[in-house]
Amino acid sequence: MRRRVVITGLGQISALGRDRHEFWQALAQGRSGIGPIEGVDCASLHFQSGAQVRRFDPHEHFPDPGAEWLDRFAQFAVIAAREAMQMARLPTDRGPQDRTAVVTGSGMGGQGAIEQGYVELYRNGRPRVHPLSIPRIMANAGASYISIEFGITGPAFTLSTACSSASHAIGHAYWMVRHGMVDRAITGGSEAPFGFGNLKAWDALRVVAPDTCRPFSAHRRGLILGEGGAMLVIEALDSALERNCPIHAEIAGFGMSSDAHHVTQPSTEGPALAMQAALRDGGIHPEQVGYINAHGTGTRANDPVETAAIRKVFGTHADRLAVSSTKSMHGHALGAAGAIEAVAPVLALEAGLVPPTANYTGPDPECDLDVVPNEARPLDVEYALSNSFAFGGLNVALALRRWNA
Amino acid sequence: MVQQEVITAIAAARKLSPERISLDTTFEELGVDSLDSLTIMFALEERFDVSIPDEAVRDMRTVGDVVDGLQRLLSGQVVAGEDTMRWA
Repeated sequence: MRRRVVITGLGQISALGRDRHEFWQALAQGRSGIGPIEGVDCASLHFQSGAQVRRFDPHEHFPDPGAEWLDRFAQFAVIAAREAMQMARLPTDRGPQDRTAVVTGSGMGGQGAIEQGYVELYRNGRPRVHPLSIPRIMANAGASYISIEFGITGPAFTLSTACSSASHAIGHAYWMVRHGMVDRAITGGSEAPFGFGNLKAWDALRVVAPDTCRPFSAHRRGLILGEGGAMLVIEALDSALERNCPIHAEIAGFGMSSDAHHVTQPSTEGPALAMQAALRDGGIHPEQVGYINAHGTGTRANDPVETAAIRKVFGTHADRLAVSSTKSMHGHALGAAGAIEAVAPVLALEAGLVPPTANYTGPDPECDLDVVPNEARPLDVEYALSNSFAFGGLNVALALRRWNA
Repeated sequence: MVQQEVITAIAAARKLSPERISLDTTFEELGVDSLDSLTIMFALEERFDVSIPDEAVRDMRTVGDVVDGLQRLLSGQVVAGEDTMRWA
């Protein structure tokens, strides 16, 4: 069995806004959400900027005592799921909920709870930690709370593959719906990495930019960390048509690969394989692709390698592609990145407008694709790819198709 | 002595005998990749209680580069620039 799978709901919370409308507005205007990191003393770090969710009050979303039960990363997952579910207008009575899956991604789970616990034990010498520490820390908390909130009794689980977590999650949910294991899924990812210890760890890798995120630019100095959550509601085409629900895009294909090369340095072959796998999976000819939402972290290493991989896959057509990195605006949200960067191309396909690569100051000959610098571009695109390439060489490409109503 | 400490740190990271490392030895010859150099710099930062700037880590080519830079850092011959110390 192989069914067509469509997207009927979208939700996100990130540095660009509290919902998909604010998110899209910022993308369309090329407006970055990167700014001084709040809530953490960054004086001893080599960077002070991040793409955080600003002015976030969990109590607005989770009435007491609910907010205490969820770490920030799980809060983001639930909030994004709520928006996607509302948009999809799925019935949430307890009826057909065993034919629904929840597949989420997170690189690190409840970082806030871990740091809090360690501070209490190791620094403050306290004899105990909060009893909810384990449920708050576990990376599956987002998926669990989504299933609880919406009464979903089908398969629910979480994948963890660093920067590709949400992409792997979406791909697996897609397969589950495509091959009839379930009829629909809530899928995406969330991450909340702005704890002091975690920022120190990123600092030590020396890949975070001291200024801002400038993917593909000659003057790029690294990535900027981001946070947030994004979820899609996906379902079998028949089910969506039966419900008369608006369809926003189709998931056309999904490809994965591994570099088998190095734990932090990317290879060209791995990402190229993933993109080729996605195209093959969807029966898509490379020339049908009009836009790629790049992994585009802005590190010295990723951008030229990704450029070379795209050229390898697309040949001469690469020069006709629009390739932009929206990480330039919402930062690198790690385990949420793949989902935020699935919502962005879906909105782009619908609007006929490709978001730019922001903060671009000038070309690097090794990144010589059309990176849509600084200004969004009206463009009718039939097929888009979204790339995610994780540390350890775990690569994903998701192929999306515009829904022509 | 800085030179000895640097050679010891690099020898340990690459599991080589220190006698095989001289100031002219390049990281390429030693098979030191970007992650190895991060680890070596971390060991030196811990040993000397200094903070080595990102650009310096990227620009190192030889063992001598590391020794020179570290000596300058330790003797205070660094120029403060923007939000990082420049490896002058």
